[in-house]
Amino acid sequence: MSFHSGIVSPQGVWWKPAAKQEKLWLVIAFAWCMVLFAMMPLWHVKGGQNPSGIRTTVEPSEFEARTQRFIDEYGVDDESGFPTVAPPPGSDLYLVGEMWNWYPAMRLQAGASYTLHISSLDVNHGFGLVPANVNFQIIPGYDYALRITPKEPGEYYIVCNEFCGIGHHDMLGKIVILAAEAGGVS
Amino acid sequence: MSATVGALFRRCPVTGLAVHQQSERLLKVNAVTAIVTFLVGTISAALLALTRWQAVHLLPADWYYRLLTAHGLNMLIFFIIFFEMAILYFAGPILLNCRQPAPKLGWAAFALMAVGALLVDVMVFSGQADVLFTSYVPLKAHPAYYLGIILFAVGALIAVGLFFAALVVARREKTYEGSIPLVAFGGLTAAIIAVITLLHGAAIYIPTFLWSLGLMEVDAQVYRLIFWGLGHSSQQINVAAMVSVWYLLGALTVGSVVINEKISRTAFVLYVLFISMASAHHLLVDPGMGPAWKVWNTSYAMYLAVLASMIHGFTVPAGLELGQRLRGFVKGKFEWLRKAPWGDPGFSGMFLSLVVFGFLGGITGVTAGTEQINIIAHNTLRIPGHFHSTVVGGTALAFMALTYYVIPLIFRKRVAFWPLAKIQPYLFAAGICTLSVGMTFAGIFGVPRRHWDISFSDAPFTFAFPPAVDLLLAVMALGGLLAALASLIYVAVAVVSVFFGETVDLAQLDDTRGIPQGIVKLPAQSHTEEAGEKAHSGGTPGTMILVFVFLAVFILYYFTNWKLLSMIWKIG
Repeated sequence: MSFHSGIVSPQGVWWKPAAKQEKLWLVIAFAWCMVLFAMMPLWHVKGGQNPSGIRTTVEPSEFEARTQRFIDEYGVDDESGFPTVAPPPGSDLYLVGEMWNWYPAMRLQAGASYTLHISSLDVNHGFGLVPANVNFQIIPGYDYALRITPKEPGEYYIVCNEFCGIGHHDMLGKIVILAAEAGGVS
Repeated sequence: MSATVGALFRRCPVTGLAVHQQSERLLKVNAVTAIVTFLVGTISAALLALTRWQAVHLLPADWYYRLLTAHGLNMLIFFIIFFEMAILYFAGPILLNCRQPAPKLGWAAFALMAVGALLVDVMVFSGQADVLFTSYVPLKAHPAYYLGIILFAVGALIAVGLFFAALVVARREKTYEGSIPLVAFGGLTAAIIAVITLLHGAAIYIPTFLWSLGLMEVDAQVYRLIFWGLGHSSQQINVAAMVSVWYLLGALTVGSVVINEKISRTAFVLYVLFISMASAHHLLVDPGMGPAWKVWNTSYAMYLAVLASMIHGFTVPAGLELGQRLRGFVKGKFEWLRKAPWGDPGFSGMFLSLVVFGFLGGITGVTAGTEQINIIAHNTLRIPGHFHSTVVGGTALAFMALTYYVIPLIFRKRVAFWPLAKIQPYLFAAGICTLSVGMTFAGIFGVPRRHWDISFSDAPFTFAFPPAVDLLLAVMALGGLLAALASLIYVAVAVVSVFFGETVDLAQLDDTRGIPQGIVKLPAQSHTEEAGEKAHSGGTPGTMILVFVFLAVFILYYFTNWKLLSMIWKIG
């Protein structure tokens, strides 16, 4: 083997076997890459957090209509000009992102499961639940239905984490998680 | 190689390369333009840092988003691609000693890129393209904005074509013997990925341009899919170019040895083969694609592009170690590193780039690019925290380090403000690391990126992030300002050297002020079989320690993230 730098043209056949140390690192690095891959399918089987969802296409006007029916059915209150809904456990929830609001606000129960449908009426938005730190991309024309099970009771907010125009930073939605025993949802 | 060269060539007294006048001029004009766009990006960066520092909150909302758009485009597209074109003029005709094929076409390519960049910047700064770097449809900019990007991309495609042409010319005219050098091979992979990338660019920006004129429809999800075929693959151009620069500067600064041509070249090929659908990394929590598509396109079941970087992460330091050992620094495991030329910004910049890219950029990127972990990372500050340590702390820093060698070798000028140049890579790396760490930790709290006001002062509800976030954003901003300062030093050094600097004759160098040590005395680039075998048989023990420390950090960070993920709500 000839020994030269990277700016020198190698002469003759340079397809030479790797030395011991290079081989060792190659094998370890490759094994680690396989672990990186295996974790993803494994988490789909064993883990509780997967961005799968039920994914369908939907016209923005149709999604708006579904959300309106949802608000009509479960609306209980108004807060800061936004309707608040309190659907029972197991319900389908509809959340609209538009320039520059998330609506409706919701009251849900800790430990109960829901199917949260999210879509946009105009441009891309980013669903960012704080302080839980759960993030999804919301795209007009697509209904992203996520099966969620809220954990700790408390007040959660939805920021927009995809730039959607000049009022982007004013988008803030609200989800209140009630303790399971509190019940009280109609 | 013949001793004399044609009239349009000059023989480099340091490297012995035959440099064609036209290649050199094209290299210069692209490099200078790169620095100009870099300055625009830097000034924007400082103002952005001062805005996201919530306690300062300098810019109004519209200018924050406008400068964020300008910062992304000028840094990630214009600066980096102009600089890469300069690198291709080096890695092609100059490194292979051949004439510049079709120089007029090279000038036309440059003109297209310059006009495109100018058009984009005019649209952005006049407020007609407040769509950020990604311009996600259906957010709409002025049609001239998309046209500007298309012109720039066509120009870049032509320049890449000239690189391929140089390979053909060099081979046909036998201007080198054997195989092309590793650095040229790395440049070749960057060029191939550039073609793939630019075709994606055409596939998305042309329809989007027509859409902006009202002539066709573009689906918002399809846009994201194809846009990231451009946006992410272009990062792979940067990686391939950066790794080539590591090999190049390793050679020039300490006579770094290519440990094994087969391994290094195969790793470059892996970049080409396994990156085509890397756009998947940006769509992991999108509604349009299913889990199987995401898992497959993130990894192709083997993560071979990650493997490629892990290979270079070994072969580059191992090559440095072996080169240094051949120069006599053989004591212990780390004398080669301790006695490295740390006062040479070409070396320090290259080595810091390697470390920042690997430890911060690589680890955070692969982790956030894992399908499920992306739920706790997507569009939070973790994402810019990641890519500022790859493309800025990695690629841009490597390019800065290279600049300190380009100034004397190509522009034949003394490097101005040498004491400042010597510390510039350290300041820049420190700034970028601080910025990245601040961003990454703020992102772990769910703080969104691209957001003017996380105090939500005009929002319908009241929400406050924990006080730690304010501290982290201050850290981020201070890091950003330090990096911006180091960038201004870099621009000042480059501009003053090139336009007002003292011309030097490298053949008769009496005064070595402002000349990097590798140019003053080029380290041996080839070694005898016996000397090489003797050094290589001792292995590279220092590098082995470094890579295992790296792996340990990687494993720790990766599984910590799974733990964090398991603590959030159940989501399926």
